[in-house]
Amino acid sequence: MTRATRRRLEFVIERLLFVCAAASVLVTVGIIGVLAFETVGFFREVPVTDFLFGTVWTPLFSDRQFGVLPLVAGTLLVSSIAMLFALPTGVLAAIYLSEYAPSSVRRVVKPILEILAGIPTVVYGYFALLYVTPLLQQVFPSMSAFNALSPGLVMGIMILPLVSSLSEDALHAVPNGLREGAYALGATRMQAALRVVVPAAFSGISASFILAASRAIGETMIVAIAAGQQPKMTLNPLESVETMTAYIVQVSLGDSPSGSLQFRTIFAVGMLLFVMTFALNLISNWLRRRFREVY
Amino acid sequence: MSTAASRLAGDRLLQLSGILVLGLALVTLGALIADVFSDGWARLSWQFLTSPPSRFPAVAGIYPQLLGSLYVMLVTAALTLPMGIAAALYLEEYGGGGRMARIIEVNIANLAGVPSVIYGLLGLGLFVRWMNLGPSVLAGAATLALLVLPVVILSTREALRTVPMSAREGSYALGATKWQTIWHQVLPSSLPGIFTGLILAMSRAIGETAPLVTIGALTYIPFAPTGLDSRFTVLPIQIYNWVSRPQAPFLENAAAGIIVLLFLLLTMNSVAVVLRDRFQKVRS
Repeated sequence: MTRATRRRLEFVIERLLFVCAAASVLVTVGIIGVLAFETVGFFREVPVTDFLFGTVWTPLFSDRQFGVLPLVAGTLLVSSIAMLFALPTGVLAAIYLSEYAPSSVRRVVKPILEILAGIPTVVYGYFALLYVTPLLQQVFPSMSAFNALSPGLVMGIMILPLVSSLSEDALHAVPNGLREGAYALGATRMQAALRVVVPAAFSGISASFILAASRAIGETMIVAIAAGQQPKMTLNPLESVETMTAYIVQVSLGDSPSGSLQFRTIFAVGMLLFVMTFALNLISNWLRRRFREVY
Repeated sequence: MSTAASRLAGDRLLQLSGILVLGLALVTLGALIADVFSDGWARLSWQFLTSPPSRFPAVAGIYPQLLGSLYVMLVTAALTLPMGIAAALYLEEYGGGGRMARIIEVNIANLAGVPSVIYGLLGLGLFVRWMNLGPSVLAGAATLALLVLPVVILSTREALRTVPMSAREGSYALGATKWQTIWHQVLPSSLPGIFTGLILAMSRAIGETAPLVTIGALTYIPFAPTGLDSRFTVLPIQIYNWVSRPQAPFLENAAAGIIVLLFLLLTMNSVAVVLRDRFQKVRS
């Protein structure tokens, strides 16, 4: 090989690698393109305002109505339950692991949390429907077999490792000098943790909260199995609800012909879901970059 | 001003609640595994692994689903690995903090947070309908390949970062070009790390249900897939199918299927851990 051909080869390889890296941007473009294409088709037949502000969702009935709010309400109800469980427990676990636990405990606990995070969601769905729901029914006899509480709690267990490991990273990034300063002023470990370390890691911890919210909103199989298929506006966690993701699965199970209005509803719902999670992810990434720059 | 005793009590309380939370996570994991095993262990047999699903729960099995899962995983790995390595090489070795590299990085971080069911809609619109692949092995694997691509890119970048600068500089000093350095020095020594990342990505893909349901892979398929264009279904989808039936024998089948799925995951993760340990030993 002459020097000239080698140099040309080097250039070609670099371009080729660049194309592969840039292709990842095409994936985002593809997602937005596919969702937008079908969603525009959907909005030609259903007014945007009916979709966004309507309170009845019956696209599969003969009297069709396309108000997405019941699906949004179901999604927010289940995710809120998951967050109410996962945020405080995740931060407590992170504080314990970062500020108290000896390294031997960390070595045992962290792999267990990784296992929890790696269990397929269909398995969590099974667990919610057949173990947690019957258990909760002993406490709340009026609870229906499909409900928001049980998948919400199980989802909380699922995202607990996410919150704790990201929050722990944020706590770890706080320089030891701050802790030592607090100890020098006579603070206990609790006072140092709660009044110095946690506030210093605040943006990292909130980034983990927002990422957890995005994960909860997009979670599909747990709710498809255990929350039911009744789109309704309720705040009662003992009742059956339907989330946006569960609706997408429900329609995918049937055989809606391509191009039909019914087929397009899942893309319109998917678009809304994508916009919600995308906004949350952007905020979370921005917060995380901020806390990295501080120290 | 609080007394020393009450301050210490608060300290204990915070520590104790941390331990309680972790204990709760541990107990939940234990309950989940115990529940699945007590429901499904009796159904596990050679017959269960080698029979197709059936209307009669007692003779039903998971053979086509198991083969479908393995087949789809192989194709997914073959599609995602070259793309992932190439993208990671560009970002780590060439991109060097340029504007385009920054855009790509932010984009990959965002892709990692897109819900998996959205990837299913992408696969449905792009591969199944537009490219007319139908709900085939290729369409399913391509969908999953895009889903795990961010994981592969991130873990490959981490593996590349562990190669010391001195290895690159030594290679340059001997007159090697950039690509020769990457091909002969950087890639070989980061290979175990790259494979660890790939296995972890595959262990995510093998449990995915929602994207494959969305592209239309939930159907009755009595045969294992024979080619890239055959229709298929996978183990998690069969589990979902059985869980959504009210009859108890089908639920037992679902539990037995879950045991098989967890066993596959455990095997893959053990291989990844062994690889990672060996990798770390070589480095130190």
